[in-house]
Amino acid sequence: MSAAPDREALAAYALALGDDALILAQRLGEWVSRAPQLEEDVALANIALDLLGQARTLLTYAGELEGAGRDEDDLAYLRDDRDFRNVQLVEIPNGDFAVTIARQLVFSAYQYELYTALESSRDTTLAGLAGKAVKEVAYHRDHATQWTLRLGDGTDLSRARMQAGLDRVWPYTEELVDPIDPGAEVQGIVVDPATLRPAWALYVTSVLMEAGVDVPEPSWRSRGGRDGLHAEHLGHLLAEMQHLHRSHPGVTW
Amino acid sequence: MNQPNDSGSRDWPLWEVFVRARRGLTHQHVGSLHAPDAAMALRNARDVYTRRGEGVSIWVVPSAAIVASSPDEKDPFFDPAQDKVYRHPTFYSVPEGAKHL
Repeated sequence: MSAAPDREALAAYALALGDDALILAQRLGEWVSRAPQLEEDVALANIALDLLGQARTLLTYAGELEGAGRDEDDLAYLRDDRDFRNVQLVEIPNGDFAVTIARQLVFSAYQYELYTALESSRDTTLAGLAGKAVKEVAYHRDHATQWTLRLGDGTDLSRARMQAGLDRVWPYTEELVDPIDPGAEVQGIVVDPATLRPAWALYVTSVLMEAGVDVPEPSWRSRGGRDGLHAEHLGHLLAEMQHLHRSHPGVTW
Repeated sequence: MNQPNDSGSRDWPLWEVFVRARRGLTHQHVGSLHAPDAAMALRNARDVYTRRGEGVSIWVVPSAAIVASSPDEKDPFFDPAQDKVYRHPTFYSVPEGAKHL
């Protein structure tokens, strides 16, 4: 048996994490010039750029592992929606500010546990990325936490909006922590998301309790993002994100 | 049309931001921003003023808490300092080899 890890499984793993970061970065970028205040505009753009940086590392790595000569731009701009492996949570429309904050809370809490665990990966690229990204994500999580507390513990209107935002995103959270079985070759390299669930749930529910909002109990859950099944939202997002590159292949400025 | 007071009461308060660039330096005023409270003001300051590695420490102060000298008082405040040369240590010869005086 080869000592080298299964490159195909590892490439798929890096692609899935990279797509999560890329699509959420694109969504958050939509807030630029539209946030409630200039300061929040900058904060959300900062978070988007952190995620974009993570996506670039992960997509580049996925391309190298794949060995077909695709770079980060090829993977970001020249795949169609069925080839994207992101969870559906990151592609749903921004909604109002509370929906965006609710999504940021559940996603950054997940990413925080993920990167904390990946820091001890045997794969030096993934471990290196995680070591850097965990500091960024700690801030993303704090930002979302602060806003969740203020909206939940604010006025009747802000509490209702925060609750509605959580209700909107909650059906998509299960996908984040669905177990994967990547195979024995990548043991100690990739993190099974199911192992992140207890710490993720503990953090998020404690924030919601402090904010005075209820943990939603949705009647359905999303499925299939990791298999390339997406809602129509992703197609529209990709059209905007990919349009320039596809109209002018290789364009730079 | 909105009365100034209406929109004013809905706006976030203004905060002055001070950033210390390195250990050993003092905090310098870098600008101001709006935030709903002190904790968010610190976070906004981090995003607006230190995202390119400009600082290791941030202070935020409610702008309303700052007492400023008035431009009208400029002359009584500052002019008397101009003509008292004996207040400036310009008559000492610096010993050879003394640096950082």
